[in-house]
Amino acid sequence: MSASLTIAPSRFRRRLRRYGLAWAGAAIVLSWLLVALLAPWISPYPPNAVDVTRRLLPPSAEHWIGTDILGRDVFSRLLHGARISLLAGFTVVLLGAAIGTTIGILAAWLRGWGEEGLMRLTDLVLCFPPIILALALAAALGIGTTNTIIAMLVVWWPKYARLARSLALVQRSQEYVEAATVLGLPQKRILFRHVLPNTFGPIAVLGTLDLGIAILTFAGLSFLGLGVVPPTAEWGSMVSEGRELVEQWWVATFPGLAILTVVIGFNFLGDGWRDWLDPKAQR
Amino acid sequence: MTPVLEVRDLVTVFHTDAGPVRAVDGVSFTVARGETLGIVGESGSGKSVTAQSIMRLLDPPARIEGGQVLFEGRDVLTMSQRQLTDWRGASAAMVFQDSLTGLNPVLRILRQVSEHVVAHGRMKPPAARTHGIELLRRMGVASPERAAASYPHQFSGGMRQRVMLAIGMANDPVLLIADEPTTALDVTIQAQILDLMAGLNKKFGTAIVLISHDLGVIGSVCQRIAVMYAGEVVETGPTADVLGDPRHPYAWALANAVPRLDTPVAARLPGIEGMPPDPLNMPLGCRFMPRCPFRISRCGQEAPPLTEISPGRQVRCWVTMDGRGLPPAALPAAAAQPRAADTQPPLLEARDLVKRFPLPRKSTFAARETVHAVNGVSLHLMRGESLGIVGESGCGKSTLARLITRLHAPDAGQIRFAGQDITTLGGEALRSLRPRMQMVFQDPYASLNPRMRVEQILSEPLLVHGRVADAAAAREKVAALLDMVGLNPAWGARFPHEFSGGQRQRVSIARALALDPALIVADEPVSALDVNVQAQVLNLMLDLRERLGLSYLFIAHDLAVVRAFCDRVAVMYLGRIVEEAPAAELFARPAHPYTVSLLSAVPEPGQRRIVLGGEPPSSLRLPAGCAFRARCPVAQPICAEPPPLTEIAPGHRVLCHAPGSLHRGLA
Repeated sequence: MSASLTIAPSRFRRRLRRYGLAWAGAAIVLSWLLVALLAPWISPYPPNAVDVTRRLLPPSAEHWIGTDILGRDVFSRLLHGARISLLAGFTVVLLGAAIGTTIGILAAWLRGWGEEGLMRLTDLVLCFPPIILALALAAALGIGTTNTIIAMLVVWWPKYARLARSLALVQRSQEYVEAATVLGLPQKRILFRHVLPNTFGPIAVLGTLDLGIAILTFAGLSFLGLGVVPPTAEWGSMVSEGRELVEQWWVATFPGLAILTVVIGFNFLGDGWRDWLDPKAQR
Repeated sequence: MTPVLEVRDLVTVFHTDAGPVRAVDGVSFTVARGETLGIVGESGSGKSVTAQSIMRLLDPPARIEGGQVLFEGRDVLTMSQRQLTDWRGASAAMVFQDSLTGLNPVLRILRQVSEHVVAHGRMKPPAARTHGIELLRRMGVASPERAAASYPHQFSGGMRQRVMLAIGMANDPVLLIADEPTTALDVTIQAQILDLMAGLNKKFGTAIVLISHDLGVIGSVCQRIAVMYAGEVVETGPTADVLGDPRHPYAWALANAVPRLDTPVAARLPGIEGMPPDPLNMPLGCRFMPRCPFRISRCGQEAPPLTEISPGRQVRCWVTMDGRGLPPAALPAAAAQPRAADTQPPLLEARDLVKRFPLPRKSTFAARETVHAVNGVSLHLMRGESLGIVGESGCGKSTLARLITRLHAPDAGQIRFAGQDITTLGGEALRSLRPRMQMVFQDPYASLNPRMRVEQILSEPLLVHGRVADAAAAREKVAALLDMVGLNPAWGARFPHEFSGGQRQRVSIARALALDPALIVADEPVSALDVNVQAQVLNLMLDLRERLGLSYLFIAHDLAVVRAFCDRVAVMYLGRIVEEAPAAELFARPAHPYTVSLLSAVPEPGQRRIVLGGEPPSSLRLPAGCAFRARCPVAQPICAEPPPLTEIAPGHRVLCHAPGSLHRGLA
């Protein structure tokens, strides 16, 4: 009796220690997702409602975190900004992972010249500093959310190709793949039904950690004036608008904090997921 | 005289998320000076945890919760961290199974051997270095000066195990604990290491605790033996007594499940069904009761105590407590094999198969090196026949299996299957032929897709090849397949990780049978399993062969297993078949010196061993002439010429200049 009583709390503590941060991360990410989803209904003002008589007001009961240079409510813009940031982040990571994984697995399966070609192409993209290349591409394509996402995709897929290839190479040499070949299953089926699902875990972990980075990069590009077309509310461009307003600290600080919390949230979540998938970390 | 080691009622508990597991539950034994105690049991019986508890090597969630470990009268369990550090490595040493992870990959060998000699303050560094080289020499490491400056990865498994022993023996410990020291090694190398340990024991009086799942290993070097089951010692006594006349039903089953060289060819092995009890939910009475063929009503209610039945012999069993023995296992007679008439064409015929693997260049200008995996193998297999292929690791037997199933394409030679030349077959033609020849793999953990349910694994080939009309028909066939291999048909919804090793291997066999093959190539199908489970799987394969008329190409490194299973046996060395004969003939009259030494290296109690020096030569550079020449105890000058293939009896072919010149009795 007493044994079970003394063990239960220590087990709870152990789990909390192991996954506590991950739960915190999940909570942050989930709240931001809810905010993004419900932004039109929960924000007190329309995000682009200009009112020059009320410009640069400090935080108050009416404007919780103040107003910006055009008198727009920063809080409402922050909530709407979550939509753009999260959407851009998810699009870049999901599409980038899909493209990269396909290329990587194909490379691992083809071997020989096919592999050489695909992986050298990957190396070629990896050669460039990603932000600079994305900057150049976004500038060439023109300002706009879609163009920025396309520019980011071009530099985003190679890390997934590298990871997927190495994972698929490991799976390829497993006996169950040999068994599937001996059973006379078609190559395509072995590739997509056997190899692909077994590479999913680490790729999903990378994707989760990557979401924060993608959101940060998108905000960075917007900060430099490449992301969204004004007056669309976006965290990076909001920080940019407030960067010279030293006394009106709230204009830049709160979008910055929003970026910080989202990135931290995804990092905690990704770390927790990695630990959970790692068989050696369990017990 | 106080014994070197005395363990009293040791209890080690793992506090897992699912609840406490008593991995070691009241284990007691003693080891005297100059004595070797063997601890034997299947995986999960607590034998390794016992060893780690003695050395206090366990980390949370494991905790030692009771008992005493007395080393020359001092209690190890109450030692302070400092005393423990002084004691470990100086007075007591441990050798682990995995010599690759047991050695530090970034330190030179000599540093690892001499490090703790210096650390324990026994010698100054220069003296310790000389001592280290001397130790390596004593452990039989060839050219120890050069070896001392090498790194672990430059060594083979056998050599690394010698280094581990040298490290263990560096401070002349009084006690050496060896946890499965030879499990990862080939038989001929295992024989060398076991000899070495027996020598240490005799010459220096080191007390040894040898932990193994292999009764042969234990039987050939240990004076006393302790059999463990589910965390308890169930029988202890002198080795010969326990193996010859086991009194605990589990020991009885273990002793009988081992395939031995003197059992009749193709005989069933008496295995016990079932699995060890769930450690979270131990039975109330005797822990072996659910599997015991001799159980009485009392066994289910009361746990039997460990009782002395004769001096030095203890048993934990209600049935044999009063000194009664257990009946000898009834060996079912081998069923008469329906042999195909010799006039029939063989099902499978391979001629002069060659397979080479080019290695990546070490640098741009380095010459490309090539592994000569298979160098001219010819074999044939009749319908309904099973052919065993035996050899040590690296002899090319697995490559041969993959050539025959056309997972690899041969570089030269010809393969005919059921009258059709399949050597260069590819694409759709090969795919439609695949169902006729199936494969069972070695590793029951890697050979099943971990993300598919057993039902999916088994129905996928049926559906892809259009053997069943729809999913419902597939489910029916899957249930029949599971039933055929002795698994509960309701288990189809489970994932592979929910099964034990033996059960997974049954799933593998069911998958191979799904498409009604004519030939099954089995690549070491039982070498990853415990002896008892091994017997169950072998029996299943024998049954299926009779029921379905299958032909087997059975690849193994264990001669005794092959003997129990095959009609004919071929011995491979360095990519060639050096001897081929009907099983009974080969084991009675081995003619090639390599076969003779391989047979004598099998650890069996009372067997005289011909210990081969050295290790198989590298397959990167094939030696001219006889490949075995360098290690052959009876090599002659003529062996520098390629040996001829001679038929010395009907069906008994040997690749040797002087077949029959080495005899087993002679050593």
